[in-house]
Amino acid sequence: MAGDVSRTRPLIEARGVSVNFGRRNVLDKVDIAVHAGEIVTLVGLNGAGKSTLIRVLFGIVRPDLGTVARTPGLRIGYSPQHVHRDPILPMTVRGFLTLGAPAPRDRLENVLSEVGAGAILNHPLSEVSGGELHRVLLARALLREPGLLVLDEPLAGVDVASQGELYQLIATIRDRYGCGVLLVSHDLHMVMAATDTVVCLNRHVCCTGHPRTITRHPEFVSLFGPHVANAIAVYPHRHDHRHDEHGNPVPIDGDGPTGPDTFGGRR
Amino acid sequence: MTEDFVLRALAGGIGAALAAGPVGCFVIWRRMAYFGTALAHAVLLGIALGFLLELEPFAGVFAMCFILAGCLILLERQRLVSLDALLGVLAHAVFAAGLVVIAFMERLRVDLVGYLFGDILSVGAVDLWLIYTTAAVSIAALVWQWRNLLSVTVNRDLAAVEGVPVERVRFLLLLLLAGVIAVGMKIVGMLLVVALVIIPAAAARRVSATPEQMAVASSIIGIVAVVAGLFGSLEWDVPAGPAIVLVASLAFAASLLIPSRSRQGRED
Repeated sequence: MAGDVSRTRPLIEARGVSVNFGRRNVLDKVDIAVHAGEIVTLVGLNGAGKSTLIRVLFGIVRPDLGTVARTPGLRIGYSPQHVHRDPILPMTVRGFLTLGAPAPRDRLENVLSEVGAGAILNHPLSEVSGGELHRVLLARALLREPGLLVLDEPLAGVDVASQGELYQLIATIRDRYGCGVLLVSHDLHMVMAATDTVVCLNRHVCCTGHPRTITRHPEFVSLFGPHVANAIAVYPHRHDHRHDEHGNPVPIDGDGPTGPDTFGGRR
Repeated sequence: MTEDFVLRALAGGIGAALAAGPVGCFVIWRRMAYFGTALAHAVLLGIALGFLLELEPFAGVFAMCFILAGCLILLERQRLVSLDALLGVLAHAVFAAGLVVIAFMERLRVDLVGYLFGDILSVGAVDLWLIYTTAAVSIAALVWQWRNLLSVTVNRDLAAVEGVPVERVRFLLLLLLAGVIAVGMKIVGMLLVVALVIIPAAAARRVSATPEQMAVASSIIGIVAVVAGLFGSLEWDVPAGPAIVLVASLAFAASLLIPSRSRQGRED
């Protein structure tokens, strides 16, 4: 599936996007594209500009430079990292799912069972577990029958065993609906194995590439079990630059000071 | 035999509580209490404005609250000062400005105590008209934009992706809050008006399993507080505004003794 998607027109594509907040540069000439049926994983540490980039793709933040092109009529299903689920707001899972658009009960039950969330329609949103919440967010995104799914940290606060399950679920959804998937993660080295393209962001795009599957590594399989190993891959970063103490890219020049290069830009 | 001014006070208080209920829910869900405080502090400046424009003082208060709401929306976008600090500065700056401007206007005699603590027994026909127009408009706007308002409350970006005009919805809520503050000020005064907005909503939480129930319950609790507070104040000869807020606070305290309905819902 990976190789041929690049020949079709992308569902959404950002070209040369730069964003400044005041005098601070947040994104610097960033390119990213997601095609139908493709899973793109956007990785980067906190503050790397991941959230700003997806807000640019959504049209919420206008880039200072560059363009965003979308397939006309593209419907985006978005699963945010956080939702406001303070107990002061009495909202059931059902109330939350129907905030976007009303839907009959059986449709809600179907989509909940599709994401493996069980019969929690009448539970208060503030009391579902972290793992259940990710499934509920996914369900709300799916209710829109999206052409593009954007999942912001869909595994935050989920234990490793369930992470594998969730990744499997995302891959199944992609296969069933043929939608494009943009996954956002702060984990630089572990990405979903079904990922077609990894985009590593640190204000600018540091590197892009295919994740190397690690199912062949018996040690990894024995450590986490085949379920997890099938869903997660180690992504080796091949950077042609490293970052100085201000986060600016500088060419790799052999034995210079390594500095606080959190991206592990040493080869 | 109930006097006319008591009936007008009752009608005015009920109208204010009706409008304050659902708006108050959004204020506590979205943690906007400080917005309410800032708007309430614009009251004296509004009275001066009304005097200058030869309007009813109450109409001047309305106009000033709406002007300040517009300023807040614009100022919120700047990143120089945190919103919290900005609201604090603004609240006290407009209050001080109001006191100074009124002192300059020699012909304007202002009953400061009435504006600070409310003067429900002076509610007149024009006031009633303004109160019920505000209540009707704000309830209609809330029903019309209910889903969008809730969606923006839960997650702004998710709402935007789903096509909600986020900025317009947030501005609408601030305008509604400005209207409710202006109305409530007449009933309980500028120092207590935020209480009239948030305490009934907080008290409604424990008896509600959905946002809609909480909005309705909040209005009902507010109305009960107004009626009980007003008759209590007549019976024991205490000021009505504080009596109303005290009853609402007791309702809130009592609500804490009720087990949360949402947890019961979880068990079955």
